[in-house]
Amino acid sequence: MGKTISEKIIGNKAGVNVEAGQIVEANVDYVMVNDVTGLPAFEQFEKLPKGTKPFKEKIVLIPDHYVPNKDVASAEQAKRMRDFAKKYEIENYFEVGRGGVCHQLMIEKGFVAPGRLIVGADSHTCSYGALGAFSTGIGSTEAAAVMAIGKLWLKVPDSIKITVNGKLDNYVYGKDIILHVIGDIGVEGALYQAMEYYGNTIENLTLSDRISISNMAIEAGGKAGIIPPDDKVFEYLQKRVRGNYNPVYSDKDAYYIKEIEYDAADIPPTVAKPFLPSNTAPASEVDVKIDQAYLGSCTNGRIEDLRIAAEILKGRKINPEVRMLVVPATKEVFNQALKEGLIDIFEKADCFVCGPTCGACLGGYMGILADGEKCVATTNRNFIGRMGHKNSEVYLANPAVVAASALEGRIVDPREVL
Amino acid sequence: MKEILEGKVIKFGDNVDTDQIIPAEFLVTGDPKELAKNAFVKVRPEFRNIVKEGDIIVAGRNFGCGSSREHAPRALMGAGISCVIAKSFARIFFRNSINLGLTLIECDIKANEGDELLVDLKGGTIKNKKSGEVFEFKPLPAFLLKIVEKGGLMEYVKEVLNEKNSHNAR
Ligand code: SF4
Repeated sequence: MGKTISEKIIGNKAGVNVEAGQIVEANVDYVMVNDVTGLPAFEQFEKLPKGTKPFKEKIVLIPDHYVPNKDVASAEQAKRMRDFAKKYEIENYFEVGRGGVCHQLMIEKGFVAPGRLIVGADSHTCSYGALGAFSTGIGSTEAAAVMAIGKLWLKVPDSIKITVNGKLDNYVYGKDIILHVIGDIGVEGALYQAMEYYGNTIENLTLSDRISISNMAIEAGGKAGIIPPDDKVFEYLQKRVRGNYNPVYSDKDAYYIKEIEYDAADIPPTVAKPFLPSNTAPASEVDVKIDQAYLGSCTNGRIEDLRIAAEILKGRKINPEVRMLVVPATKEVFNQALKEGLIDIFEKADCFVCGPTCGACLGGYMGILADGEKCVATTNRNFIGRMGHKNSEVYLANPAVVAASALEGRIVDPREVL
Repeated sequence: MKEILEGKVIKFGDNVDTDQIIPAEFLVTGDPKELAKNAFVKVRPEFRNIVKEGDIIVAGRNFGCGSSREHAPRALMGAGISCVIAKSFARIFFRNSINLGLTLIECDIKANEGDELLVDLKGGTIKNKKSGEVFEFKPLPAFLLKIVEKGGLMEYVKEVLNEKNSHNAR
């Protein structure tokens, strides 16, 4: 029996031949924590015998959730990360003004590459599967364990094969593919499993669109969302990757616990309504008046996403009853948007633009919703109270839907209004 | 770790998320006892008054879904819960519990609120003392059992570090 990408990567890192279901200890290439999950990890690490040295070259520290510091408590929290980095001379610490949203930064800074095993104390660590890595979210205690011994136990997951063929319609993107899949299989549809993507639609997607797909694997309960790496990935990595890497592919006769096929033509601009990412509907059928539009996050805060929205907003003003927030995911994205004149377009359209932070995506700060308010967002979670008051609502959508909806003041299918 | 657990059932349904177990506003401490004071405070405020040391949670599918917060298993441990039996667990909650030393059993059992259970962890059986019914489950894989027995992942890590040090000293 052949092997899947997950079985091969975990097997390589564990130094043994593995198959789905087995539990092994594997060498981890990188372990990432953010300002919220970092603190409990540091506390666990400090409880280890005196003199314990961390595997510092494997550790990446990225403050992004509550920075620039939201309040005194978050300032203290962020300081603990800075102190930990200093104490153990950890070079991969990205201070405010140098970094941005953790998952996009991990990719931009060349930590992510095909064949690598990366874990992070943040559930959307699964994003890196878009570059052919095996990556998954873990807890803070296990992050501390990896810092100390460089390895971690993992259960080798079964894999689901998802194939998408055909041409996507205008204003349909990677985000719509993943929302469509989650709407189909449900929030538990890939529990404990890895999702592997194939088909000419996926091959034709930009890397940015692929990252949106891998990012939301967790929203189907998945452990990873992996796309076989191709020239687009290798080219992207040329100037950024740290060290060498070896692409890994599934065997022809690999075993999949489930195989699903989709026709790209059946996927419209899709919206996930409150309060589950699986509660999907075509954007054209969700006629909801909105108070806020949010463009940003690790799901859709890249330059490609900003370009899509800017093209729609160019020379126009958003609806007077709507406020729109634009939050480029990283400093690099922000600078590129500035160079291309996108920031100017957003400003002129009356959007609020700010530097990178998770902020409003998790209901932290910088865009909290009041009682009863509704927001259309390019983010990945629409749970009860996710962006603010428990009676507020979040609708998940792609950047074009968000921009077009901001113009109209209600959720629309861009194909119908542009 | 005890091999035999005995406790009374506290029952929950499907999709109990970590926000229900411990709401975000109480994440200002990592202390299990402190967290336990607010366990299930929004959905089941009486929980903290009825829970006793050794009690067993019996739940439906997807227990512990949502965020990766470790405060959820910590709150349950602080409340004295000896183990959680559910039809299925969300992935990160499962990992966090094992790594902190909380026993989890994946099994579909018949039990009502307040029934007494007798759990044989090594033997893989759960007896409902009220109904007399016995349910079988697949014990945790050996490696995970070892982590739980040691009292969590960090104890295991200490052992690995010790071995390394004594090796280096030689
Ligand atoms: S942008 Fe949102 S989903 Fe992504 S890491 Fe930040 S809080 Fe989490």
